[in-house]
Amino acid sequence: MSTPQTLYEKIWNAHVVERRDDGTCLIFIDRHLVHEVTSPQAFEGLRAAGRAVRRPDLTLAVPDHNLPTTARLDSTGKRIPIADPESAQQLAALEKNAPEFGIRYIDATDAMQGIVHVVGPEQGFSLPGTTIVCGDSHTACHGGLGALAFGIGTSEVEHVLATQTLQLKQSKSMEVRIEGEVGPGVSAKDIVLHITGVLGAAGGSGYVIEYTGSVIRNLSMEGRLTVSNMAIEHGARAGLIAPDDVTFEYLKDRPMAPRGADWDAAMAYWRSLRTDPGALYDKVVVIDAADIAPSVTWGTSPEDVLPITGVVPSPDSFSDASKQAAAQKSLDYMGLTPGTAMTDVEVQNIFIGSCTNSRIEDLRAAAAVLKGRRKAANVKWAIVVPGSGLVKRQAEAEGLDRIFIEAGFEWREPGCSACLGMNPDKVPPGERCASTSNRNFVGRQGPGARTHLLSPSMAAAAAVTGRLTDVRELID
Amino acid sequence: MEPISKVEGRAYPLGLKNVDTDIIIPAEWLKTISRSGLGKGAFESLRAVSGNVFDDPEYAGAPILIAGDNFGCGSSREHAAWAMADLGIRAVIAPSFSDIFSGNAFKNGLLTVVLPQEAIDRLMQVAQTDPINVDLETQTVTTPFQDRFAFEIDPFRKHCLLNGVDEIGLTLQSGEAISTYENKIAAERPWLVPSPT
Repeated sequence: MSTPQTLYEKIWNAHVVERRDDGTCLIFIDRHLVHEVTSPQAFEGLRAAGRAVRRPDLTLAVPDHNLPTTARLDSTGKRIPIADPESAQQLAALEKNAPEFGIRYIDATDAMQGIVHVVGPEQGFSLPGTTIVCGDSHTACHGGLGALAFGIGTSEVEHVLATQTLQLKQSKSMEVRIEGEVGPGVSAKDIVLHITGVLGAAGGSGYVIEYTGSVIRNLSMEGRLTVSNMAIEHGARAGLIAPDDVTFEYLKDRPMAPRGADWDAAMAYWRSLRTDPGALYDKVVVIDAADIAPSVTWGTSPEDVLPITGVVPSPDSFSDASKQAAAQKSLDYMGLTPGTAMTDVEVQNIFIGSCTNSRIEDLRAAAAVLKGRRKAANVKWAIVVPGSGLVKRQAEAEGLDRIFIEAGFEWREPGCSACLGMNPDKVPPGERCASTSNRNFVGRQGPGARTHLLSPSMAAAAAVTGRLTDVRELID
Repeated sequence: MEPISKVEGRAYPLGLKNVDTDIIIPAEWLKTISRSGLGKGAFESLRAVSGNVFDDPEYAGAPILIAGDNFGCGSSREHAAWAMADLGIRAVIAPSFSDIFSGNAFKNGLLTVVLPQEAIDRLMQVAQTDPINVDLETQTVTTPFQDRFAFEIDPFRKHCLLNGVDEIGLTLQSGEAISTYENKIAAERPWLVPSPT
C-alpha cells in the first residue's frame, strides 16, 4: 500500500516537473488567468527578453479590476471610452498584449466577461485537480472546485507566461473541519468570516488549507467558491475543497470543460481527488457549526469578526499590547466606540459584488431579502455588480434586476467594482459601506472609506434598515 | 535582479502588525504599466498622518523597515515590493510575512528578514537613534550595541539574492524536463487542455 496522501499532496505530486535537493520543485501550471492590472509589466518583460508565451492555450485574459461598471456601449452599439486615462491605457495594454502573444482574450463587451475568478469556474476553464494561478490573491477562490489555486506577483506572472511553471516549495497542510448544521441566515460568507476570526489574519500563513466536514459538503458550488476565495484572508496560500457530485454537476457542459469521452475520463480522475483515510495534516482545526452566526466585521482586518448580535470590542479586551494598539487604531479609523451594538451602526453605502459574492446564488439571496422592500433613506448609494455577463443575464431572466432596482439599487455591468477602489466605484471618505467583498483594509474601498464585510443577504438587510442588521429578523 | 549581500543604515521603526498591501500601496496607484515611480504612493494613508516615521527627517532615506506580524498581507500586487524598493527600502524585518509578499520581495531583491518579536522589540528601540546592519551572507542582524540576531533563509533564495539570478533564465534551462512533463500529461490526461469554444 502506498502512503496515504492528502488532497493537497496528490495535486502537488501530480504537477512536479523537477525536484531539487533543497525541496524546491518546478511545478507545472495548468491554468493561468490574466487581468489588466498585474500583467502589463510581465508582458513588457517578455518583450524585452525576446521571450514567447509557452502555453497560450492554457492562458485566458479578462479585464476586470479597472473597468468601470457603468454601460460599456452607447445606444448605437459603439464602445464608450474609459474616462480615466491611466485605466484606459492599462486596459488597452491587455487588449493589445493578449493577441500579440496568442492568448485568448475576453473583451469587456462580451457576455462572457466578468471577474476572473467568476469567469474561470463558469466557463469550465478551472477544473478539479489543476494548478491555477493569477496575479491576484483571490485566485484561492478556484480551490472551491478542488483545484490548487493561488495568487502570484507580476514577476511570477512573467515566469508562468514564459515557462508554464513556478519554482515553489510545498506548503504545510491544514485541515479546517466544520461539522454540524448551520442555523438560519448563516451563509458561506458567514462561515468563512467565522473561520478567519478563529484562525486570525495570519493563522493560515505557510499552509494550504483543506476545508472539510458536513458543513462544507452541504455547500453549493457557489458557496464553496466563496469559502475558498477568502482562504487568503486567513493567510493561507490556497484553500481546497475535495470535488464531489456537487462539483461535477456544476462543471458538466461548461463551455471549456471536457466533453464526451473526455468528460468520463476526467470524472474518473477527479473521483480520486480526496484525502486518503489515515493521511496526516500538519495542523487540524475543528469548528462547531453551531458557533457560526450571521457575521460582520468591525475593524480593518478580516480577522476583526463578530456575530451581528455582538458589540464593538474594547481594545483592553485583547491579550497583548500590539493587538490592543491595532484595535485602537482600527476603532479610530472606523469611527466606532467600544460597547456599541453592531446593529446600531448606520451605513450609507451598500455594495453587493466582488469575486467573493457576485454569483447567481448570492444575487438570489440578496434579492430574497429585498423583494417588496426599499432601501432606507439614509442609504445614499447601493449597487449590485454581477460577477459576469452571464450571471447578469441569468439574474435578469429570473427578474432579480427588477427587485434590486425597485429596492433602490443600481444594476451594474460586471467587474471588481467597489471591492478595491481602483475604478470609479468608491465609497466616500468617512462613510460606511456594508460590503459583500473580502477586505476591510484601511482605504480599501477608497481613501477614508469604512468597510463592514458581510454576506449578500446581510447586505440586503442593511440596505432595508439603513444600519447593520441581523438578517434573521427579516426572513421567516 | 541586482545582487544583494548587505543592507546597512537607519531603519523606519514602524512596528505595526498586519501591514497590508493596501497600506503599502493603495489600489489607485496600480493603474501604471511601469514598475518604477511607485515610491510616491508608498504608505500613503500612514503618511497622511503628521509625525509619521516615513516623513520624519530622522529616518530620511532609511534602507530598512521594521514591522509587526503578518507584514504584506492581502493582495498579490507586486507593486507593494516595487513601491518599497522605489522608496529606497532594501530590507524588511518582521516576525512574519505573508507568503505572496515575501515571494514578490525576493523577486525584487528586497530582503525579508524574520526575527522573533523580542528581537523586533529590541531593534525598534535601537532604530530610534542608531543604524542596523543586515548581512545576508552570515544571516545576521547586528546593531552598534553588540546585539546579534541570526535569521533563517531558504538556501535557494539566498543563492539567487547573492548572485542576482534571473529566475526565468534558470527555469528555461529545464525546458526539456518541462516538455517531457507536457508530453506525459498530454498522453495520460488529454482532456486537460481547455475545450475550444
